[in-house]
Amino acid sequence: MTAVTNNITARLGSLGASPRDFADPSDRESYAVDGFVPSAVVKPATAEEAAEIVRFALKEKLALVPVGSRTKLSIGATPVRYDIALDMSAMNQIAHHDPADLTVSVGAGMPLAKLNATLLEHNQFLPLLVPYYSQATIGGTVVSGIDSPLRQAYGTARDFLLGAEFIDGTGAIVKSGGRVVKNVTGYDLHKLLIGSLGTLGVITRLNFRTFPAPLAPRGFLASFSTHEAALKARRKIAESPLSPLTLDVINPRAARIFAERTPITPEPSVFAGEAHATADSSLPLPGEWFHPRDWQLCAAFAGVPEVLDRYSRDLTRAAEQSGAISITTLDDATRPSIWGRLREALALFRESSPFAAILKLNVLPSGHAQAVTILEAVGDSAKLPPALIARASGILYVALLPNSAEDFSPENVALMTQEMISLSHRLEGRASLLFAPPTIKRLLESTLNSHPHADLALMRRVKSAFDPQNIFAPGRLFSNPL
Amino acid sequence: MTQVFIRELQKLLGPSSVLDLPEDVLLYEYDGSVEKGRPDIVAFPRSTADVSRTVALAVQHQMPIVGRGAGTGLSGGALASRGGLIIAFTRMNRILDLDIENQRAVVQPGVVNMDLTRAVEHAGLYFAPDPSSQKSCTIGGNVAENAGGPHTLAYGVTTNHVTALELVLPDGQIVRVGNKQGDSFLYDLPGLLVGSEGTLALITEITVKLSRKAEAVRTLLAIFDTIDDASETVADITARGITPAACEMLDGWTLRTVEDYIHAGFPLDSAAVLLIEVEGITEAVVAQAAAIDEICRIHNAREVRVARDDKERDLLWKGRKNAFGALGRIAAGIYVLDGVIPRSKLPQTLRRIKEIGDQFGFRIGNIFHAGDGNLHPIVLYDPRDTEQFERALKASAEIIRHCVEVGGSLSGEHGIGMEKSELMPLLFSDADFALMRRVHDVMNPTCSLNPGKVFPLNKGCGETRIRPQVPQAMAQT
Repeated sequence: MTAVTNNITARLGSLGASPRDFADPSDRESYAVDGFVPSAVVKPATAEEAAEIVRFALKEKLALVPVGSRTKLSIGATPVRYDIALDMSAMNQIAHHDPADLTVSVGAGMPLAKLNATLLEHNQFLPLLVPYYSQATIGGTVVSGIDSPLRQAYGTARDFLLGAEFIDGTGAIVKSGGRVVKNVTGYDLHKLLIGSLGTLGVITRLNFRTFPAPLAPRGFLASFSTHEAALKARRKIAESPLSPLTLDVINPRAARIFAERTPITPEPSVFAGEAHATADSSLPLPGEWFHPRDWQLCAAFAGVPEVLDRYSRDLTRAAEQSGAISITTLDDATRPSIWGRLREALALFRESSPFAAILKLNVLPSGHAQAVTILEAVGDSAKLPPALIARASGILYVALLPNSAEDFSPENVALMTQEMISLSHRLEGRASLLFAPPTIKRLLESTLNSHPHADLALMRRVKSAFDPQNIFAPGRLFSNPL
Repeated sequence: MTQVFIRELQKLLGPSSVLDLPEDVLLYEYDGSVEKGRPDIVAFPRSTADVSRTVALAVQHQMPIVGRGAGTGLSGGALASRGGLIIAFTRMNRILDLDIENQRAVVQPGVVNMDLTRAVEHAGLYFAPDPSSQKSCTIGGNVAENAGGPHTLAYGVTTNHVTALELVLPDGQIVRVGNKQGDSFLYDLPGLLVGSEGTLALITEITVKLSRKAEAVRTLLAIFDTIDDASETVADITARGITPAACEMLDGWTLRTVEDYIHAGFPLDSAAVLLIEVEGITEAVVAQAAAIDEICRIHNAREVRVARDDKERDLLWKGRKNAFGALGRIAAGIYVLDGVIPRSKLPQTLRRIKEIGDQFGFRIGNIFHAGDGNLHPIVLYDPRDTEQFERALKASAEIIRHCVEVGGSLSGEHGIGMEKSELMPLLFSDADFALMRRVHDVMNPTCSLNPGKVFPLNKGCGETRIRPQVPQAMAQT
């Protein structure tokens, strides 16, 4: 293996004259995916360099995985081959920012927090407040397909990604879309890159529409003794004239994790009028806000004083009418510790158990009460009581958090995943696996893959158009080799 | 060959569902664009199964296939540029499912945009994309062209409201992509299909999001003595982070023509007006309207009027949405262009359009979605005059070139179709086309679906491209 490694590294080193940065061989471990360690790590500084490496991989028939900060690299199926990690962190420049047009064009390796800090100087931001926020790169965020609690107001990346430049599977630098907020010019190939897990190309640049930073944001928390009551309040709010920034319900187990754990990094200062948070300022434990026995509705809103008053009033009324047992409106001092936890929920879940497995169900809101009832019941009998987040936009995050490896018996995992799959089918949605330890992942994959969907064949065709030689992250999207 | 195909098609769909007489198919030779293309046959399927069988049969007979909704498109997307078969979705116009609680609807492609809103407005919901043609255009057409409209500034274009599709591929295979909720599972195939202008698959069923009607609306009419002041106002509203629901501009010459016809109350002596709408909860609307009023006055607005009631508001919008029709009254032909620029480049671009108009000898009107930088310069010309028509096309290309030069794009909402395929190289390289072509070919390998659209000559299907640019009226003279 070492010989092969040296061989690839040596041959990569002989490419062109442009300077390259090869990670220390011992660092390669940190680029591993599900136990697969790449033979080489390369850090291109330009699109041309990235294209050159792709062409090298093509010639040598090597499998290549583009990586960012590696916080979400484990999302996706177990790879079948993984020779070169293409570390995009050196492509971290803002290529173009037109503040008056509210558009920005950035290198894929740009850290999200750094980008938002720059945008904030113009009172703008990108509403991608995703888990592992302080490390996450913009490219990794997009290809992982991860969402943000702010989707309630701003939608997901597909709603504000305007265009992209990337290297396709022939080694060509290509682009799609543009830099303007409205565009019907050619195929929207950049939309396919969202959630593609590096299987379609190496993203070098992304163009976004930015948004005005919300004015004076506030938080709202209401506790309920049953999920039906919490979801009823959520529905009342969703059907009201209000348009909150976030609208999530969490279950008692999630509330307990929020109460007991502090995110590694605090809420960034993405909002106007807020002092820039420093990396080492740790947040107080919000035990008094999160109640480990309650179902809690978490909302955020922003605006001028009259608007804030109206939200407080209407949210309180909706919660009271649904049987809330306690209601809190959060001011600027306490809000960050709440929001930070909601943003980092998936990270906190993973930290709470070394065996954490997190799945995502997209199921329309009307199905949530039924889904939650079933998940809680089956979770109990499978000894895998889940932590749950139920977004009003129709997303259910289900975190299975066993205390020991024994609890994750194949029977229990199968029971739980079968239930989720049949739930998602019944409710016209889909179930997908985000994070899991490698052994559990293989177990879950075999269950998830036993329910193939008809559009997979079409996706394979799209993959072959982008990547005819299957060099990009083979196996990561579809568990079986293409 | 064609006769055999027609007979088989009649057997499949019934004789009343197939048109092939020259006088019948002639009606399908036009759409809303300046292009032209006559089909040999027009078929009217009633179901997905009909479409699937029709497509399979047509491919077997090597017939080009073009999907068509109401034919209101402005780039020639629904024209049979190479003859062949038009599949008209007129009879597939049923709303299949309304899910009020989850704010979703499932519709057939022939459902008229406005009819969906009418079907759900009792529940306080509506379908957000609102092209000017919304009273007649179909949702299938909206999906094919990724249609926009004035209110897409705040609510997004068609693609932002589509969560799932049912497709018919050229081999007749029926595939469902996406899901009712909308987050893509693996690849975002609906995202690829919306706006692909009928070149990848025919769409037979669409799941859309329904939006909730705002509690309060305020419509402002800001009146300016110079176009520069109006465009600076738009740039400033954007730069200050205010997102109105709509922000439309009409220049003085255009609004006088419109006023003459609609009597919307536009001031006849102004150089430009902005029609700005803010929506939301009452408290937010009051604050936003006040902020916009202030910005307008900073930029020398002569007057800022607020529509007093729904009647006044509807009248103002009637003036905007019927503007193209109003212009059609004073010229033999109107050519509505569609380009996009960064919003910060609005003032300089409007000056450049004026220059181009002077250079080519046209009076070019401007009535457009200023808030998202989506221009609609309007060239009035006489289609009977070949020289003038060619000159109009040249002026158009010059304007689009300028849009690209300042960082913009070829089309904001009308699509590329036949109209702009030759301008595509302004934005895309050979490598870009090669990838688009590979994606095209894995979906539509035989080039059966909408050949001659989107891709420029030599980059798309086949080597030759008929340019039916000589208008019918002129051909007869």
